[in-house]
Amino acid sequence: MADDLLVARGLAVSYGRSRGLLAPRQSAPRVLHGVDIRVGKGETVGIVGESGSGKTTLGRALLGLVEPAAGSIFFGGSDITALDERARRPLRRRMQMIFQEPMSSLNPRHTIGRILVEPVLLHGLAKSRAAALTLVNGVLDRVGLPRDTVDRYSYELSGGQRQRVGIARAVVLQPEFVLADEIVSGLDVSTQAQVLHLLKELTREMHLALAFISHDLSVVRSICQRVVVMREGRVVEEGPCERVFAAPAAAYTRMLIDAIPLPVVDPGWLARGAATDTTGTR
Amino acid sequence: MNAPRLAVRDLSAVSLRDGNRPILRGVSLSVDIGEVHGIVGESGAGKSTLAKAILGIIPSQVKLTGGSIEFEGRDLLTLSPRALRAVLGRDIALVPQDPSTALNPSRRIDAQLTDGLRRKRGLSVRQARRRARALLEEVQIRDPERVLTSYPHQLSGGMRQRVLIAAAFGLEPKLVIADEPTTALDVTVQKQILRLIRSLQERHGTSVLFVSHDLGVVAKICDRLTVLYMGRVMEQGSTADVLTAPRHAYTKALLAANPRYDRPDTGLEPTSPELIAALRAEIAAFDAGVAEPRRG
Amino acid sequence: MKHWPPASSTDRGPKPPSAAVRLLRDPKVVGAGGFIALLIVLAVGAPLLAPKDPLAQSLALATVPPAGFPEAEPGYLFGTDGLGRDVLSRLIFGTRVSLTVAFVAAGLACLIGSLLGLLAGFLRGAVEALISRLVDIWMAFPPVLLSILLVAVLGTGLHSVIAAIVVIDWTRFCRVVRTETMAQAQMDYVVAARAIGFSRPAILFREILPNVAPVLIVLLTLEMGIAVVVEAILSFVGLSVSSDTPTWGGMIAEGRQIVHEAWWVLAAPLTALFATVVAFNQLGDGLARSLDPVLRR
Repeated sequence: MADDLLVARGLAVSYGRSRGLLAPRQSAPRVLHGVDIRVGKGETVGIVGESGSGKTTLGRALLGLVEPAAGSIFFGGSDITALDERARRPLRRRMQMIFQEPMSSLNPRHTIGRILVEPVLLHGLAKSRAAALTLVNGVLDRVGLPRDTVDRYSYELSGGQRQRVGIARAVVLQPEFVLADEIVSGLDVSTQAQVLHLLKELTREMHLALAFISHDLSVVRSICQRVVVMREGRVVEEGPCERVFAAPAAAYTRMLIDAIPLPVVDPGWLARGAATDTTGTR
Repeated sequence: MNAPRLAVRDLSAVSLRDGNRPILRGVSLSVDIGEVHGIVGESGAGKSTLAKAILGIIPSQVKLTGGSIEFEGRDLLTLSPRALRAVLGRDIALVPQDPSTALNPSRRIDAQLTDGLRRKRGLSVRQARRRARALLEEVQIRDPERVLTSYPHQLSGGMRQRVLIAAAFGLEPKLVIADEPTTALDVTVQKQILRLIRSLQERHGTSVLFVSHDLGVVAKICDRLTVLYMGRVMEQGSTADVLTAPRHAYTKALLAANPRYDRPDTGLEPTSPELIAALRAEIAAFDAGVAEPRRG
Repeated sequence: MKHWPPASSTDRGPKPPSAAVRLLRDPKVVGAGGFIALLIVLAVGAPLLAPKDPLAQSLALATVPPAGFPEAEPGYLFGTDGLGRDVLSRLIFGTRVSLTVAFVAAGLACLIGSLLGLLAGFLRGAVEALISRLVDIWMAFPPVLLSILLVAVLGTGLHSVIAAIVVIDWTRFCRVVRTETMAQAQMDYVVAARAIGFSRPAILFREILPNVAPVLIVLLTLEMGIAVVVEAILSFVGLSVSSDTPTWGGMIAEGRQIVHEAWWVLAAPLTALFATVVAFNQLGDGLARSLDPVLRR
């Protein structure tokens, strides 16, 4: 489609293959089996699944952090599947990532200022450190963090503030595509609401394409236009959120949606689906 | 109405490390025989501290400054250590949050399960193992022998949690404290575990104190709820009442901030600064009221 | 754009003290560091600070007890040895040898071992396999034999003492640094750096190394203590510097022989050795505690 920014076809990834650091292994077990996915410009797509679904691996493969065993990835019309690190560098500016654990995704020995300024300088978005700092201050204002955050270390911030820094780092390079990997999973409901609200506003303002990985279907429903449901390395169902949630086509999707406990009293909820109980066997 | 199985009255606690910062502010709640009572709150609300206080395992930097914990009419806080251990060992059990850290990775499941049975029930090795097997069957594990001879890392998260539930309910306690028992699990496994807890609880008539940050989870398994914020009870009542007709602004805000897949626009409204200010004022008023008697 | 305040009260207060300030507040760092600083001053300024010539012999003043004891001589604070040489001055000059070995040997072992450890832990694959095998094989050699062999080949002297220590102890740094590097390389901030497009060397030295540094610093201070003891052992058996230069090990050897007539000749270098090693260990301990809170919060 003309409006697609990121398109992956037949993407397959084997366990243990990290780009460029290991010798190739022929018969390593597959984590992703021929996944197709597309994200349009400015579109928010949710990638949902339980543990072992391969959603995190899919995200990293899209960003070129994991080498695919098969398949192709196109970004803005160009084939980026087999690029080496040097060719990939200009691309990195256009595709960014936000992580689940801000504590481990922000270098504990760097100040927030350094974490935000260095990417700006690396990609030449500012000529001097002072200019970069001005840019960074602008982004900090936008995500609602005080300016003295630049002098702080990650351990001095609260969970919600750290996640805002993660968001700031992802958008400071003005990318076209952002991958958010379980970014609200460890947060309180009220902090989660703040972060989601901020993300939704930013994607609108900056016309960002967003791939939102989550195990929480309710969160995905609140900010995504389309959703991709994954199970054990395969896409089980895909489509607009409205349709998938109202009338899920796949049995697995139905089971997943039904397992979500809504905050309403529903005496029959526990008994539903008891026939397919399988944890006692694994 | 019979006396409640558990009655916490006006329990207060402070953190010694943070200059006596209050962690629990006059918390009161009661759990009847056979009732599943949910304690809901965000992180830092004091839910864990409350659970630990009842179990008698509060960390050394936390100090209880007032109130009582009555279990079947006896105040646990006034018992001798020996009497307390007897009650805890026999009548109160815990289902912990993280199944991967609650089990000893270097011991087999049968050893860990039979430990408690032998020590607290005086069973012989053979009797204990038979009982452990029966327990695993009760939690619907289809191949109990395989699980008994396994090490924790060989089992899935859901399986491990079933083992822990078996261990908790297996001693037929009167009260089980479940501390976020499904937080670390996939959502489909979570439903199965909740179903299991409910069925065990109904069968044995056990009271359950269910600690969680997830309003959806407590909605499905709890009869009554206590909503905590910064160590203070904001709302209390039957689950249906609290969720459909909340009276306190905090409960309303919590419900509004929870995204729901059947209502696409929920979950994006952060708590308003006015509400936070009002909550802080309410907390401050309570703290001032506590300080007052000392000046008198 | 509204500034949403946090819902729970986890606002941090004023900035906590920086690493330098934290270091200076730790009693172990200040105490032990101060002692070692004193040793450095003594070593550097030995010719000026030593009261007497360490090599000046005087049979008339042989085995004079330290100050405060009967028959002590003014000007000889710790007494004299069997050849009438001032113990204190010899002790002070001995610091030169001990500290040189401590800093140079430990420093080189640290440099070589850490570099290989960083590469092994970061690059993994064939590089790591090679370095790990090398470490395993190397560690299979008995260290005492290896050092004697080295001295036999290189001849006695400070250079061979340093070489012996480096050759044997680099493996210690390599293994620890490799493990720590591997652990850090798994962290999301490394993935983030890759996603931003930093080059591999940049990631290794600017992102990972600062996080490996605390472990490294502690290990280095421990190694310094070990180096001092090894030097003392080698000079005790006469395999270190020539017998002209005063060394603590040499003084221990001499003192051992006349311990019944002049116990202070043995006691002084033993105490100095002990105190120095303890100081290095305590410094390492204090550094570990004040540098680590960054990660432990």
